[in-house]
Amino acid sequence: MAGTALRGRLTWRVATVATVADETDHVRTITLDLPDWPGHHAGQHLDVRLTAEDGYSAERSYSIASADGEAVAITVERLDDGEVSPYLTQELRPGDQMEARGPIGNWFTWEPHDGGPLLLIAGGSGVVPLRAILRHHQRTGSNVPARLLYSARSLEDVIYRRELDQYGGSAEVRYTLTRRQPPGWGGFSGRIDDAMLARIAWPASQSPLAFICGPTPFVEAVAELLVARHYPTRRVKTERFGGA
Amino acid sequence: MALDGNAIGGMLLEIFATDMTSAEATCARCGAVRPVAEELVYLRGPGTVVRCRRCTSVLMVISRVRGLNCVDLSGMEALEVKAASD
Amino acid sequence: MTSPVSRGFHRRRGPAGAEAGKLPPGQHATTDFPVLSAGPTPHVPLTEWTFSIRRGGQALRSWTWPEIQGLPAETVTVDIHCVTRWSKLGTVWRGVPVRTLLDQVGYDAPHVLAFSDGGYTTNLPIGDVSDGRAWLAFDYDGQPLAPEHGGPARLLVPHLYFWKSAKWVRGLELLDRDQPGFWENYGYNNYGDPWREQRYAGD
Ligand SMILES: Cc1cc2nc3c(=O)[nH]c(=O)nc-3n(C[C@H](O)[C@H](O)[C@H](O)COP(=O)(O)OP(=O)(O)OC[C@H]3O[C@@H](n4cnc5c(N)ncnc54)[C@H](O)[C@@H]3O)c2cc1C
Ligand SMILES: [Zn+2]
Repeated sequence: MAGTALRGRLTWRVATVATVADETDHVRTITLDLPDWPGHHAGQHLDVRLTAEDGYSAERSYSIASADGEAVAITVERLDDGEVSPYLTQELRPGDQMEARGPIGNWFTWEPHDGGPLLLIAGGSGVVPLRAILRHHQRTGSNVPARLLYSARSLEDVIYRRELDQYGGSAEVRYTLTRRQPPGWGGFSGRIDDAMLARIAWPASQSPLAFICGPTPFVEAVAELLVARHYPTRRVKTERFGGA
Repeated sequence: MALDGNAIGGMLLEIFATDMTSAEATCARCGAVRPVAEELVYLRGPGTVVRCRRCTSVLMVISRVRGLNCVDLSGMEALEVKAASD
Repeated sequence: MTSPVSRGFHRRRGPAGAEAGKLPPGQHATTDFPVLSAGPTPHVPLTEWTFSIRRGGQALRSWTWPEIQGLPAETVTVDIHCVTRWSKLGTVWRGVPVRTLLDQVGYDAPHVLAFSDGGYTTNLPIGDVSDGRAWLAFDYDGQPLAPEHGGPARLLVPHLYFWKSAKWVRGLELLDRDQPGFWENYGYNNYGDPWREQRYAGD
């Protein structure tokens, strides 16, 4: 195919921070005032651009945490040696401005007509777009059975815990805690493995639709386990946040 | 560490003016067909490199030269954009 | 539209005492060592690893890992400059001067194309690798070079932008006619002198 050179067309908008709220010790949800936001599909992300006084700028992607129709929110995990996430989680306050563009990505999205059963598997902050999918699932009153398996280091690291603990009925939420479990912990412990998936993952014969999101090595490991369980690659959608 | 095509959804939308994460890429080397979202993406180099998840052959290179995006698609036999769903 | 300033946002602070004169134009100093890759990290066992100098696709000479280790190596402290605008000052490397290897084959070509595991290539004028300013580096900061930084061995050509310092390098092809490498093919400068800010073709 021939090469091309084109000028950009997707536009950056000015976003004003409406609220900031801590989810855990190092995770914060930021709601943005984004005039003319066109709406979005659950699972999509946006790009954020920060500009310093000296003109230096940095861009990063963040999944949209909110369901369509709610104020646009992102949830950011602080990486101590990072450039943008410490700023967003520690410095930013309501009224501050940045730029945002989106919504982005039509592949890693779910709408009720995409069906299921839905298997959502999250590692750490990878829960953000899957939470948007669950919220959308609830808000649309979908009867597609949905399960979220969420891997976190400890119970204190679970993002959206209050909300996730309320799910039941057509949407189930299960946790696995990899580093530390509270006394009497009844959920899963340790990394996701085949034995855990045997108890959680819908059998391939039900043609489930899977979404996996989190750090790259996490996504790669879980996707491999699902393919080994005969999930067709087409039905395993993945999104990698990078890092380890 | 490699990302995937979701990470360049914004860049591709800027260049192609349509969503490309759901576009189907056919690898010119091994013939594998996959949505761009699921391909390997290396972002931190001088430019952005998209590789086939099956054979790691280069599918697409995007370099931003003086504010202009230059796109090389020669590693793909086809890149099929799905009709917009909305 | 000009971008609004994000209150309180600034680039990751560079090391204190990074003297301005040590930074080429458009660069800023960093303390970490970002990993830059255009592909997956190859893992070639040292028993299978060789370094070759080729001409017309034919190896003129190949060295095994123990043979390279047996050559006189140098420890150098150099500043490295990445075209993505970070520079890292005072990095310490150990490696064999490329000149030592070239001297063992006797060469007369004006250009070389460095080639690596994974298919990466980059081109250089012979003078830039034969004059003692280029090394086949296998230690970084006193430790064996980590695979994500190009180990077991990478080219080290610190006077040019760092994409010329090919990671996972496996040899040099001697060329009569210059031939662009991977990034040089995609709009990056053929030579890449950071002090003349030769980032892109035509700079
Ligand atoms: C589609 C998508 C959606 C995402 N959604 C979310 C989300 O909802 N929530 C969330 O918290 N994060 C999300 N991320 C991750 C997010 O985009 C950032 O990568 C993250 O916040 C870290 O940014 P940072 O600037 O703090 O760290 P960076 O400064 O980018 O550093 C990140 C890590 O990489 C290392 N590093 C720094 N520079 C380099 C370099 N040049 N080369 C290699 N390594 C380097 C650092 O040491 C650090 O460990 C998403 C990513 C993608 C692609
Ligand atoms: Zn392929």
